[in-house]
Amino acid sequence: MQSAYEEIEHTADWALRVRGQNLTDLFRNAALGMLSLLDIEPVPGITESRLIELTAIDTETLLVSWLEELLYPIEVEDVVVVDFQIEALKESHLKATIELKKIASIKKEIKAVTFNELNIRTGDTGFETIIVFDV
Amino acid sequence: MLEKKDLMKITEVTWEIPTSYRDDMRVPVRIFADETLIDAALGDKSFDQAVNAATLPGLVSPVVVMPDVHQGYGFPIGGVAASRYPDGIISPGAIGYDINCGVRLLASGISVEEIQEELPDLASALDANCPSGVGVGGSVRLSIKELDHVCRQGSAWALKNNYARRDDLERTEEQGQIRGADPSVIGSRAKQRGKSQLGTLGAGNHFIEIDVVEEIFHEAAADAMGLAEGLLTVQIHCGSRGFGHQICSDYVREFQSAVKRYGIKLPDRELVCAPLDSPEGKRYKAAMACAANYAFCNRQVLTHHVRRSFEQVLAGRVPNWDLHQVYDIAHNMGKTETHIVDGEKVRVCVHRKGATRAFGPGFEGLPEVYRPFGQPVLVPGSMGTASWVLLGTEESMKKSFGSSCHGAGRVMSRRQAKREIWGQDLRQRLEAQGIIIRAGSMPGLAEEAPKAYKDVDAVVDVVVRAGIAAKVARLRPVVVIKG
Repeated sequence: MQSAYEEIEHTADWALRVRGQNLTDLFRNAALGMLSLLDIEPVPGITESRLIELTAIDTETLLVSWLEELLYPIEVEDVVVVDFQIEALKESHLKATIELKKIASIKKEIKAVTFNELNIRTGDTGFETIIVFDV
Repeated sequence: MLEKKDLMKITEVTWEIPTSYRDDMRVPVRIFADETLIDAALGDKSFDQAVNAATLPGLVSPVVVMPDVHQGYGFPIGGVAASRYPDGIISPGAIGYDINCGVRLLASGISVEEIQEELPDLASALDANCPSGVGVGGSVRLSIKELDHVCRQGSAWALKNNYARRDDLERTEEQGQIRGADPSVIGSRAKQRGKSQLGTLGAGNHFIEIDVVEEIFHEAAADAMGLAEGLLTVQIHCGSRGFGHQICSDYVREFQSAVKRYGIKLPDRELVCAPLDSPEGKRYKAAMACAANYAFCNRQVLTHHVRRSFEQVLAGRVPNWDLHQVYDIAHNMGKTETHIVDGEKVRVCVHRKGATRAFGPGFEGLPEVYRPFGQPVLVPGSMGTASWVLLGTEESMKKSFGSSCHGAGRVMSRRQAKREIWGQDLRQRLEAQGIIIRAGSMPGLAEEAPKAYKDVDAVVDVVVRAGIAAKVARLRPVVVIKG
């Protein structure tokens, strides 16, 4: 069975190949893959829950916005997403609940999610795309 | 992927990818590299990305590729593309996320021998006073109103707030202040990221380094810069931090619609762009100027912390611990410049991503003391290897839109570097070479190992042989501070 996400070679930055049986699965695996790269240790205890809703001009842009939404609180609020639930996902609209905890330690940083080589393709086994992160 | 047979060798250090290589190329690609560096660049998608860049509308020929090129995202790192006013475009991805990432060089009259024993203390003071690492904020906390002032004023804000000297501004590209900055075109997220990061180094490949001037190649220019063999210098390499990254992200996302509106077809969505004179293009340019000014100011505040560190450790131990600024240059920027193209003066927007402006002698924007020689070009090496001070030349104005290389250029992925190199081993090896390391993260150190980069001396050899830069001085590291 093919992995949900795998790191692929990139000279200067980080790149993931992400797969999903359906679009929601792809968005979930992209988020899990990205968060796994950061090597963040959350503080045990209180979790804060937030509802997020995003719209975009197409699915690729929505994927970038979704991943950016998960990165933004790390730098500005010192909190990290520890769990999430994608409640609704259409081509250009996403609704999700995210669970956040304070950060105890963070080893790596993703500075931006790029559109480089981003192209969501469908095949016999589901959805797949490459995502390149600026680090 | 592009192969070596697709390249035309023009000279030993100049190659070309003609427009016949792919139907959608609007201009050819000119590459400065020797055979070894060409082979290294063929190991990733550098040249394919340069070909993609050559499809952008309104470009003036050619797209230029520097010898330190490596794969980026959309546009290669080490690429230069000039688009003509008013029908050309501006592309945020061709400038980069870290807008005005750049290098500043400070010089001293302190010889390495006289403070050899104090170097570990100096390393610790720099590490303590210059905030670095993932998610680390700075000592300067800005209100949104004050951040807007930084956006408009750049280094002048630092001067007003006692983080700079007038000389520093005179020896900074554009005097540390790009005109046309407008904070009203910046989103709230960028401002939230920017307000706590002024005066911070960040992580990744950014660093502060103490170097010794190892060899001088141009006595008169070195003299004008205050560089002499055996004396200490300091390099600061960083950019606009999360502020610039958020601005680029916001505009790359916004331009996804703009390309549809203007009927621009592109081979990679990261290359999205808008006409220079369109409302979107003008807004991005004004936002980019804010990030560029923030970056100039960031390096200026760090300069203040570096000077404070030298004073803390060296006052009373050496007669003069002062650091004067040699120059500060951007290597991720879009600049409006006039160049001679086919014998005619043409106004263009020069996108330099991982490439340095390298204007030749006589350029009016230079401080008077540098005008006879040309603009200083600062080329940091990888940790543990040399860095170079070069000069822009008249030839660079003819061959590369007044541009030169910006560093050694990566050749190994971060993933591979982490697999092959242990941070702790690397630190010991560097310390055995007499280089003191202060690093926030050992895996982060491993990713930046010298082995992950090309040979900076070979890169410099190419730009000199191509005539687009001239050697002034070679620097050797003795202290490296990494986030």
